[in-house]
Amino acid sequence: MTVTPLARDYSLVGESAHRAVESGLAAAEWYHTDIPRKQMKELMQRSDGPAIRDTAIWLGLLIAFGTAGAALWGSWWCVPFFLWYGVLYGSATDSRWHECGHGTAFKTQWMNDAVYQIACFMIMRNPVTWRWSHTRHHTDTVIVGRDPEIAVMRPPDLLRVALNFFGLLDAWHAMVDMVRNAAGIIGAEEKTFIPESEQPRAIRIARIWLAIYVATIMLALYLGSWLPLMLVGLPRLYGAWHHVLTGLLQHGGLADNVIDHRLNSRTVLMNPVSRFIYWNMNYHVEHHMFPMVPYHALPKLHELIKHDLPAPSPSMWDGYREMLPAFVRQLRNEDYFVKRELPPTARPYREDFHSETALAAE
Amino acid sequence: MSDWIEACAADDIDEEDVIRFDHAGRTFALYRSPEDEFFATDGLCTHEQIHLSQGLVMGDIIECPKHNGRFNYKTGAARGAPVCVNLRTYPVKIDAGKVFIQLG
Repeated sequence: MTVTPLARDYSLVGESAHRAVESGLAAAEWYHTDIPRKQMKELMQRSDGPAIRDTAIWLGLLIAFGTAGAALWGSWWCVPFFLWYGVLYGSATDSRWHECGHGTAFKTQWMNDAVYQIACFMIMRNPVTWRWSHTRHHTDTVIVGRDPEIAVMRPPDLLRVALNFFGLLDAWHAMVDMVRNAAGIIGAEEKTFIPESEQPRAIRIARIWLAIYVATIMLALYLGSWLPLMLVGLPRLYGAWHHVLTGLLQHGGLADNVIDHRLNSRTVLMNPVSRFIYWNMNYHVEHHMFPMVPYHALPKLHELIKHDLPAPSPSMWDGYREMLPAFVRQLRNEDYFVKRELPPTARPYREDFHSETALAAE
Repeated sequence: MSDWIEACAADDIDEEDVIRFDHAGRTFALYRSPEDEFFATDGLCTHEQIHLSQGLVMGDIIECPKHNGRFNYKTGAARGAPVCVNLRTYPVKIDAGKVFIQLG
């Protein structure tokens, strides 16, 4: 049997978006592993303790490395300190933004809001725009034309992926969006997921951020030094590599246009340092299936439902060994994807839901 | 219509928890607060029609299981993004250990 899928259009206002709505892929009911209510309630419970501890370590190290780097500015000794500062600024904020945006990191809401605003600034994601785009990402995960957060579109643009290890395209687009929003313009795609009532807030925050960046540039010019920009702004470039390294694994090379997170998301076992930076988002199938479970409870959730999930990639290395060849094959056949095998204890994939894409993978 | 409809036994709802109740083609969420009071709202989140009965009750807040949108289940008030529209609430009474909801 030959399947000839229609071309993918990743625009949120394009043909694939219309097709996703018409076919019922948009805002669909997704597969969930059954968990008794009592256990689910325990897993969902909020606590301030773990996130206060982790935030104190994160901000403490950020200040310490930034201070040491600034003090040693002008000598090569500053390099290792800025490398660490960069990762804490340009990568750890990816997961802090994310978890606090869900409102699950802390029990106390103002703490979620405060860390969310700080992390959004550092990762250069407008807190209003990205709150709503991420809501859509969870509603329509990797549904083409609906999900605004698909990191690697098909066929993969591998140059773009490589450049983003240094934040080059992401930061550029973030700056363009910030200036456009600061000018009072909300784009057509943004309007598809940001409610009208929230748009003025997006504009107000873009103006505040623009003022901060202009002040930082003015200070750098006044001092005749790159140092202010090494501390504010540029770490989003030189420290981005870790969040791209981990983030690509979330959905890269897996299925699109399905309604089962076991098919389009990947759980990867990682070293403790990466898990601290990434706040356990390596348990990505679990996070998407149950977004109310805080990051610190995801290992427990994984243990509880792993009988129903594909085996996790044992390491980032193994994840890349699976994902990169899939990217290469997608250059020739953009319908190709990795279909991860379920254990015998799992409920099978609903092939009647996913038959077209499953065939395309063969 | 202002009839009181028997929904469940009071003991069917744990303290600081929520259950689903379907009646006449509609779905509702029934809550038991930490203070042992009972409340009822529409059963679906006003954001994307997700059943709130799978969500988390924290004090007087119900959090939607899909996007973590929050409502005060006692008043129905939306408590921030991504929920913008309030939930409809319904009167509740307890009689002989049963929970009754008034649908008007």
